[in-house]
Amino acid sequence: MLIADAGTRRRAHVPSRLGRSIRRNLTAYGFLCAALACFAVFAWYPMVRTFILSFQQTNLIDPPTWVGLDNFRTVVDDPAFGEAWLNTLEFTVLALLCGYVVPFGIAIVLNELRHARAYLRFVVYLPVMLPPIVSVLMFRWFFDPGPGLFNQILGVVGIPPLAWLDSTSTALISLVIVSTWMNLGSGTLIYLAALQNIPGELYEAAELDGAGVWRRIRHVTIPQTKLILLLMLMLQIVATMQVFIEPFMLTLGGPENATLTVAYLMYQYAFVYGGNYGAGGALGLMLMIVLLAFAAVQLRLNRQDRP
Amino acid sequence: MQSNRRALALLLIAGLAGPTACGTSSTPAAKTTEAGKVTIKVSCQPAKSDPRNRKVWDDDVAAFQKLHPNVTVESTDQQPCFDPKTFGPKLAGGQMETVFRVPVTNTQDVISKGQALDISGLTGEVKNFADFSPAVMAPYSAGGKVYGIPTSTYSVGLVYNRKLFTQAGLDPNMPPKTWAEVREAAKKIAGIGAGFVGYGEYSGGNTGGWHFNQAIYGRGGEMVTPDGKQAAFNSPEGKAVLQFLKDLRWSDNSTGTKLLVGWESLMQAMGSGKTGMMLGAPDVVPDLVNKFGGQIADYGIAPFPEAKASLSGGEGFMINPKATPEEAKAGLQWVDFYWTTPGQGAFNYERAKTIGNPVGLPNNSLFGDSPSGKKIAELQKQHATLPVENFSPFVEGSAAVPPKLEPPKAQELYAILDVAMSAVLSRKDADVDKLLTDAESKANAVLAKS
Repeated sequence: MLIADAGTRRRAHVPSRLGRSIRRNLTAYGFLCAALACFAVFAWYPMVRTFILSFQQTNLIDPPTWVGLDNFRTVVDDPAFGEAWLNTLEFTVLALLCGYVVPFGIAIVLNELRHARAYLRFVVYLPVMLPPIVSVLMFRWFFDPGPGLFNQILGVVGIPPLAWLDSTSTALISLVIVSTWMNLGSGTLIYLAALQNIPGELYEAAELDGAGVWRRIRHVTIPQTKLILLLMLMLQIVATMQVFIEPFMLTLGGPENATLTVAYLMYQYAFVYGGNYGAGGALGLMLMIVLLAFAAVQLRLNRQDRP
Repeated sequence: MQSNRRALALLLIAGLAGPTACGTSSTPAAKTTEAGKVTIKVSCQPAKSDPRNRKVWDDDVAAFQKLHPNVTVESTDQQPCFDPKTFGPKLAGGQMETVFRVPVTNTQDVISKGQALDISGLTGEVKNFADFSPAVMAPYSAGGKVYGIPTSTYSVGLVYNRKLFTQAGLDPNMPPKTWAEVREAAKKIAGIGAGFVGYGEYSGGNTGGWHFNQAIYGRGGEMVTPDGKQAAFNSPEGKAVLQFLKDLRWSDNSTGTKLLVGWESLMQAMGSGKTGMMLGAPDVVPDLVNKFGGQIADYGIAPFPEAKASLSGGEGFMINPKATPEEAKAGLQWVDFYWTTPGQGAFNYERAKTIGNPVGLPNNSLFGDSPSGKKIAELQKQHATLPVENFSPFVEGSAAVPPKLEPPKAQELYAILDVAMSAVLSRKDADVDKLLTDAESKANAVLAKS
């Protein structure tokens, strides 16, 4: 008993590990406060509310009622559910093929250039500075099956016009083109920064060993930028799976649901189908779980890959 | 590590508890103050970019407050007055007006969700309430109770470009009466030259399904079975709707090559003066002129070809369910003052003419042949500024066409039917029967949950 009392007294005087940690990092926590408050209000709180909402039904007047998994059943039973996921996955794969390889290639070319580097970097980055809505509206004219720019160009080289957004076979790839163009600048700039960190001696050594351009890219550039490449892969998958602006502004999910994506279907539940926020939240939660699972796998693979 | 987790957990709990507490409290749209004074918030004030109509509105608000000294009116100028995208958030955030506008296409949804006040005991505040026909009141009623006051109503017709009719060698005073005549006229208009479209039709963003509904009702078909549990559009009438469009697109090439997705797309096409015909209610015409650059003299309205029924169109006002009885009463007094009394507010055609507003649009079937209806028709005729003779085929041909409400789960059904509409307009090999069968099974899955 005495021993126990002594122990309690000792604990009362010795600051806990949490207390010590807080005291030691007080200034840092102070600086973090504003950022944490922003995250809490604009990211975590909506996420928690969405989680709660996905198990509720609400008319936004009376208190919400708990409906268990009903919203998830509504979403899964929706005939558009499968189409939306398939389109989203197809868009993601296509967007990765274009949006991952093209900026990396452009970054390598820009890195090798000796003249007009600043100008060309500006030109490549320019689309990022345009508001997405402006870019998308511009592409609406480019894709016009009548006097649109793309069909005029095809006409010049003797290729018959395409329906672009108006055909099930070309609508999704048209959206990929828009997305790639809009995001090209950011990706290129990040790859360029990574490329410039590669020590020049590595290339010199490779050249002395008789390595050509492709071998230098394969054995020097790619291994040296691997971390950035993996990070960008994850970020791009997370971003492209949430594609919304392109179908919302250009196709409204058509033709024949060929461009209906998960994010656009969420929007329809919440704002088109008479305010079914619960179903929208349920679908949002599903998408978040898929993305989290993917990110977790990616991070684990990265960790295993490190020396 | 554990300490960090604890801190994060505390933060999350604080974050959750704080805003949740905020979220459950709500600010009523109106305030009842001391000694019977009441403040109401009303929607649809004209925007600042429209100073003439805004001033007229403000003058009317002042006149109303003089007439009802206990009521203070606060106006909101969100445009459009009703937007499904902001409706829910406004309700949730306590920002919804005491008196808010709802298009007839949304009234039943709003009522079924308990988002409008039962005003059955207050209808006496609208003096000419008895003049509304039961058909006009149907979308605003449910279970024998009244939830709204209609302020405009119209049926669907065929909006056409008279100038293009003349250019194509057609008589603009003899618009098509049958679908066969529509097809022939479309072919001739498309034949004027490159870029001319005979008949424009929607195919996406739920507008395709919406126009499918208009077309199938007009042809005498149904969207759902009487109990609302199953789709009924896989019928001869439904097939006729799709086959007609497919023929126009692929046999006649008279619908243009571009898919029209979203409300603005067909309006832009029609406003550009290169599209000959479209399905639409009379309210399409002022929009074509004011928002899409059309010329008022160019447009005529014909009755829906071979019409058996018409999808109801129009708008009305409802009362915020959080309103107190005093606020609800004051809100309905405002509706009576501004929106439903002949010669006043929205029906003050003499003033509308003075400030250059269009008068003469055939959307006054609100009160039918009742005294209010007759008075409004008389005033409209007296002060008409629009070429009313261009609308006379519609007025004469549409009076006997019965209005019909949207089906349950309308927006979900429209999204499903968008697929069929976009298919016949974008694929030459589209199989009408298969499209309707696919749509039917999808619709049945949706309706089974209603």
